[in-house]
Amino acid sequence: MALLHTINKSPFERNALESCMRLALEGSGILLIEDGVYGAVKGTAKSDLVAKAKSKIAIYALGPDLDARGISKNNLIDGVKVVDYGGFVDLVAEHSATQAWL
Amino acid sequence: MSDEGGTIKKFMYVNRKAPYGTIYALESLEVVLIGAAFDQDVSLAFVDDGVFQLVKGQNTKGIGMKNFSPTFNALGDYDVNKIYVEKESLAARGLSVDDLLPLKYEDEDEDWAEKDSIRVVSSAELAELLDQQDVVFSF
Repeated sequence: MALLHTINKSPFERNALESCMRLALEGSGILLIEDGVYGAVKGTAKSDLVAKAKSKIAIYALGPDLDARGISKNNLIDGVKVVDYGGFVDLVAEHSATQAWL
Repeated sequence: MSDEGGTIKKFMYVNRKAPYGTIYALESLEVVLIGAAFDQDVSLAFVDDGVFQLVKGQNTKGIGMKNFSPTFNALGDYDVNKIYVEKESLAARGLSVDDLLPLKYEDEDEDWAEKDSIRVVSSAELAELLDQQDVVFSF
């Protein structure tokens, strides 16, 4: 199974999401956590990064981090899947290794 | 305002970080509340990811951190009622003023009429405001 990428930085402040998209292979997974969840929101200057990749890469966002930041599930880019902490553990277990884009 | 403490200076707190990924946002709010006791001319600016601090509907139960966003509602009672939000930062994040906390204050010069504390300003307007400050606190 392919790599799991995690991103915990805001795409407006750091280039972690850009770098990840450049280096993530088709079939891998990307989990947005902490300030990384801002990358899952539609209608922003950075929405295209996730919108363009979602057909080849599964994109996940951590629900508790969305809730903390007042991000409604209705406001996510289509295709982004919301997971809880248990789902986070499952993703780590299902993938071959994890690359954290700190 | 009394002048027994000397001249009143213009203080601006510039907030550029999202609320929970780092400690900057919470620390800034703590300093604002402490500074409010000194009767200065205080304003807050929210730029870049700092605008995320003011988004309404925050619920931090799941991440085990304190939701400090309700504390912004108290600023009006401390005579902190100039809260500038950069328009360009909101737009880049798909946000409008309707997505932000409805912060209010009571204007003592107009029979305590309730007014909005948040003022959306352009980059050019914010640049002028920054230039007018005696003291700038950066977070």
